[in-house]
Amino acid sequence: MVNAGDMNGSGNLMDFLDEPFPDVGTYEDFHTIDWLREKSRDTDRHRKITSKSKESIWEFIKSLLDAWSGWVVMLLIGLLAGTLAGVIDLAVDWMTDLKEGVCLSAFWYSHEQCCWTSNETTFDDRDKCPQWQKWSELLVSQSEGASAYILNYFLYIMWALCFAFLAVSLVRVFAPYACGSGIPEIKTILSGFIIRGYLGKWTLLIKTVTLVLVVSSGLSLGKEGPLVHVACCCGNFFSSLFSKYSKNEGKRREVLSAAAAAGVSVAFGAPIGGVLFSLEEVSYYFPLKTLWRSFFAALVAAFTLRSINPFGNSRLVLFYVEYHTPWYMAELFPFILLGVFGGLWGTLFIRCNIAWCRRRKTTRLGKYPVLEVIVITAITAIIAYPNPYTRRSTSELISELFNDCGALESSQLCDYINDPNMTRPVDDIPDRPAGPGVYSAMWQLALALVFKIVITIFTFGMKIPSGLFIPSMAVGAMAGRMVGIGVEQLAYHHHDWIIFRNWCRPGADCVTPGLYAMVGAAACLGGVTRMTVSLVVIMFELTGGLEYIVPLMAAAVTSKWVADAFGKEGIYEAHIHLNGYPFLDVKDEFTHRTLATDVMRPRRGEAPLSVLTQDSMTVEDVETLIKETDYNGFPVVVSKDSERLIGFAQRRELILAIKNARQRQDGVVSNSIVYFTEEPPELPPNSPHPLKLRRILNLSPFTVTDHTPMETVVDIFRKLGLRQCLVTRSGRLLGIITKKDVLRHMAQMANQDPESIMFN
Amino acid sequence: LFPQAPRMFAQSSRNSVSPVLLLVLLGCVLCPPAQASKSSEDIRCKCICPPYRNISGHIYNKNVSQKDCNCLHVVEPMPVPGNDVEAYCLLCECKYEERSTTTIKVIIIIYLSVVGALLLYMAFLVLVDPLIRKPDPYTQPLHNEEDSEDTRSLATVPAPAGARANTVLERVEGAQQRWKRQVQEQRKTVFDRHKMLS
Repeated sequence: MVNAGDMNGSGNLMDFLDEPFPDVGTYEDFHTIDWLREKSRDTDRHRKITSKSKESIWEFIKSLLDAWSGWVVMLLIGLLAGTLAGVIDLAVDWMTDLKEGVCLSAFWYSHEQCCWTSNETTFDDRDKCPQWQKWSELLVSQSEGASAYILNYFLYIMWALCFAFLAVSLVRVFAPYACGSGIPEIKTILSGFIIRGYLGKWTLLIKTVTLVLVVSSGLSLGKEGPLVHVACCCGNFFSSLFSKYSKNEGKRREVLSAAAAAGVSVAFGAPIGGVLFSLEEVSYYFPLKTLWRSFFAALVAAFTLRSINPFGNSRLVLFYVEYHTPWYMAELFPFILLGVFGGLWGTLFIRCNIAWCRRRKTTRLGKYPVLEVIVITAITAIIAYPNPYTRRSTSELISELFNDCGALESSQLCDYINDPNMTRPVDDIPDRPAGPGVYSAMWQLALALVFKIVITIFTFGMKIPSGLFIPSMAVGAMAGRMVGIGVEQLAYHHHDWIIFRNWCRPGADCVTPGLYAMVGAAACLGGVTRMTVSLVVIMFELTGGLEYIVPLMAAAVTSKWVADAFGKEGIYEAHIHLNGYPFLDVKDEFTHRTLATDVMRPRRGEAPLSVLTQDSMTVEDVETLIKETDYNGFPVVVSKDSERLIGFAQRRELILAIKNARQRQDGVVSNSIVYFTEEPPELPPNSPHPLKLRRILNLSPFTVTDHTPMETVVDIFRKLGLRQCLVTRSGRLLGIITKKDVLRHMAQMANQDPESIMFN
Repeated sequence: LFPQAPRMFAQSSRNSVSPVLLLVLLGCVLCPPAQASKSSEDIRCKCICPPYRNISGHIYNKNVSQKDCNCLHVVEPMPVPGNDVEAYCLLCECKYEERSTTTIKVIIIIYLSVVGALLLYMAFLVLVDPLIRKPDPYTQPLHNEEDSEDTRSLATVPAPAGARANTVLERVEGAQQRWKRQVQEQRKTVFDRHKMLS
């Protein structure tokens, strides 16, 4: 295939400013790729390199470089993804604290960094330091009292609004594709869809910058989903540097799968969990070769992030947990209850969020995206400030809920009544009765839980980068901690009940409420996203130990069962259906007894199939056919009488080939015959020069007979990644089934609206 | 293998060079801080000891290495007599922490400068650009809100390549116009037609 871009040759550098020439073999925007063709092109390329490598030493070295280019791309992706994640973490840390105050010694320090070198050494004031001042102290030199509180409140809201407004403006002006979580669109892209610009450089820059702004503004969203998008943008950028990946859309998607693994790896500090997430949730085809390379990319990303060390303790996540207190079999009952809660919450969230997003798509609400962001930010800031558990960032909240209460914690949640004569080490403190601080903390947590459940429904899906992992984990952690404290107090006050008697003696450390918070977080995350193995692996990499695998698995399994009882789709599949992306899910089962004739086009009563003939159409006929219809391709038959199939020609390639021929070949005019055979047909003398288009013809289109069950047809589409499939009977062409027809048919069978499949 | 490199520039517009430059700058500047030598205030061992009997709680900080980060090395002067030291140290919790102040400073300052640059460019595009750009037929489609799908298919065929501008400035203008058209198309898809991203 001629690469028309080569016509410019090795022109000067200013050629990059000209519009790129679309070459034969690339795809149009919003179309599906042809997986089989990409695979065969890659095999051709590999065979050519291998055969040339025997010629000279230089060719041999080139073949080695080609083989190693995959690993080089993974290394670069890991480095850039880790760096960007470190930048995001540090910037979020600083900007979140900026809402409340500023460090006077150096303005770029967050609260914790500012107080690092403070000289306060008494136990009671360990959270105070004079160098970091709240805004009320700075502006009106008052730190207590009603006016200080109101001034702090007002400035908190102002900063939050400022960040959110800046974020939505940047998204709107520079990169509208940077909004949302990104995972539904990446799933669709990895299944073979083309969305030009979705993984571009501007999207990468704007998504990184605005992610920091929206997380700092206190909105109820997370950064994990957008980090996957950011990592895939890095993957796209580096794969465009190597011709092996930039020219082949199928190979590029292997790189993107690995980049998605690197994204989750830096979000959670979980390389293995990242690879499993990419395998289970994001990727469509995941060859085993990609498994090892994804792991490499995830590892490099995790190490890069660790060397930047954003949290000062060599941990990659703020809520890393380090205790190893054991759990008991009788505690499985509350863990399963938490699983049921997670499943119910997941179902509720998905239904409400999809209903709200559908309203945003179809009614006037969608016309005011900037105003919507500002209103939701204002509501979130106004309600979040009074409650100390929602005022701080969600990651810090989760970190506090996950942590075990030693003797040293100063928060209200750890306000237990201590025994002054106790001399136990830090992680073996026995169960204690709750002090008044714990009771007020429970009330505040309950209010925070309700608030978070409600506000996240409206926040996810706005026109800003928004992730879902952290809010779900926060909801689960709050519920889990409350249940854990309840069980702990029950065990302390009623240690002579039969359920507690065996394993909980007075004076022993039986119940760890932090573990309940972790289990709750896993349950809620599983209920929303329907992740299974990857969830458990991510959570156990977060805790650093294998002790808690059984409770996490119990909760994840229970929440998935409960949630699946109400609806089969996770949040990402639900958003894919809402937007009508042409995504053929591998998890859907097709159990209906329809045949290929029921789905193929043309139906009875429709116009007959638009075909090209082998050697009896003129250039003008072909152009008219192309202009009058908008099909993506045309089958080529022997003649209109005997409709025996020869092959399939793509619309885009026909357009380009005819245009090239008119411009460059002599004698090709509107009356020239177009032929797809090897030899030109018999023509009367003085007829214009015929046009040979055999090279754009696909001689091996996939065909099924009209009695093939649709179950098999759907399987073929899924496993081979087809775009269209021709239907024949006794060798004669009857009709065509496209991927859109398959999706519409499945939607119809599932009683959904078949017109909601929008894309081709 | 690397013949792709000039092609990469040949196929991206000028407006994609600026974010590339920013990203490369970010990467280059971050490498030195990651290996920067640590100043003395960047590492510490922090031991928190709660109240014990009649001794009030106290926090001890000391600049020691990680293997020396335990109660015996850091808690000085020891407030309890020798036979009670072990019981007291069991209650204390010692953590080793390190940070890199240069990394934090560099990253925050780079981030703020990137945000500032984007703000200025946004202000230029929204406020100044429409005033200085005289409306001509080439930019008219930008204001046409009822673009049909056909203009998209027309855009895939190369634009008037015959009138190839020769000066650098006009080529830069062309590249910027192309980028603005792409963003306009994205904005219509996402914000107006709600075809993608709900």
